[in-house]
Amino acid sequence: MYDFSYKRPTSLSDAAEMSEQAEDGSFLAGGMTLIPALKLRLASPSILIDLGGVQDLTGISQENNTLTVRAMTKHADVAVSSEVKNAIPALSEVAESIGDPQVRNRGTIGGSISNADPAADYPAALLGLGATVETNSRTIGSDDFFTGLFGTALNANELVVAVHFPIPKRAVYMKFPNPASRYAIVGVMVAECSDEIRVAVTGAGPSVFRVFEMEEALQKNFSPNSIQDMIVSADGLNEDMHASADYRAHLITVMAKRAVAKLI
Amino acid sequence: MIPVTLTLNGKVVSADIEPRTLLVQLIRDHFHLTGTHVGCDTSQCGACVVHVDGVSVKSCTMLAVQVDGAKVQTIESLADKERLHPMQQAFKDHHGLQCGFCTPGIIMSALNLIAKNPNPSESDIRDWLEGNLCRCTGYHNIVKAISAGAEAMKS
Repeated sequence: MYDFSYKRPTSLSDAAEMSEQAEDGSFLAGGMTLIPALKLRLASPSILIDLGGVQDLTGISQENNTLTVRAMTKHADVAVSSEVKNAIPALSEVAESIGDPQVRNRGTIGGSISNADPAADYPAALLGLGATVETNSRTIGSDDFFTGLFGTALNANELVVAVHFPIPKRAVYMKFPNPASRYAIVGVMVAECSDEIRVAVTGAGPSVFRVFEMEEALQKNFSPNSIQDMIVSADGLNEDMHASADYRAHLITVMAKRAVAKLI
Repeated sequence: MIPVTLTLNGKVVSADIEPRTLLVQLIRDHFHLTGTHVGCDTSQCGACVVHVDGVSVKSCTMLAVQVDGAKVQTIESLADKERLHPMQQAFKDHHGLQCGFCTPGIIMSALNLIAKNPNPSESDIRDWLEGNLCRCTGYHNIVKAISAGAEAMKS
């Protein structure tokens, strides 16, 4: 790991200001991706701005039909939260399925979505549930937030503050994990929201994406039968030692069918 | 260099460290508590698990500066002089270790499980051990030891 200087701001505005002043700064949330990346010298910021001391960045709350998870809330806390289990059990299951207990004890929702790993779980929850990301300067809908491989709509110095999830009528997350890393080879979130069905897929492509054809079919008839013959194109999907693009494409339909079957 | 002050196994200690120092390096190299091991150094194997503010973390994937003001507990905090902690005793009784390299991390991880769930089922234990690798035992005796340790901790 290359050396860096370390700052621990206590307010959001200080954190943003430090980042603005830094030539090559990086925010540190839970560190479950960034610290390994620093060790591998895949990242070498001159200044690390640790968000661990920033006030008011953790917690889960519900107001009307929206569940809010603040950015530095850890996966372990989302997984066990009775508020999350009551409002959106699928979100609790997503958090519980991430990595291992020690990763869940440190990793945060804000860090996960800002990193936008193509195989991360939370992006499927955000896109599948039609969440809204609140930053220190604006709000961004989940359809616009994830822009590509490790890509988000966040500007430099912009920080995720919270994620607002509209509470769906029903939702479930079906994941086919890599048995070693627990990252999703394919993970599918199917949600019946107040006015639409959403199907979001992580792990399969460079970035989380929706399968509109499935959404339309499920809108007409919410049954595994209505999507069982659907073949998702393997063009542009991820291919690595764990799974070919064709296999990932096949798994999307399998996991989506299982998700729908579990919901009815 | 940055000063850090933490409560390590019940004692307030301080050190001046480089920001890039990992927590496991602080524990082993600075405070010479070598029960916490470095296995993979990639946050997979769990040999370096310690508790920070009561929850288990992989100390190879945390910066030492992040524990400023925190309470850190390592495997050395468990035994009462010669008397092993019930979880340590259970590992001994149930042959839960062979080479022993992974054992401190697994015990610290198991204690976090018991704190959350004092009556874990076999599958609870196996799920929880997702973050710990043992290359000797095949896990069966580790699972038995954790189950027995959980029972013993009730008395």
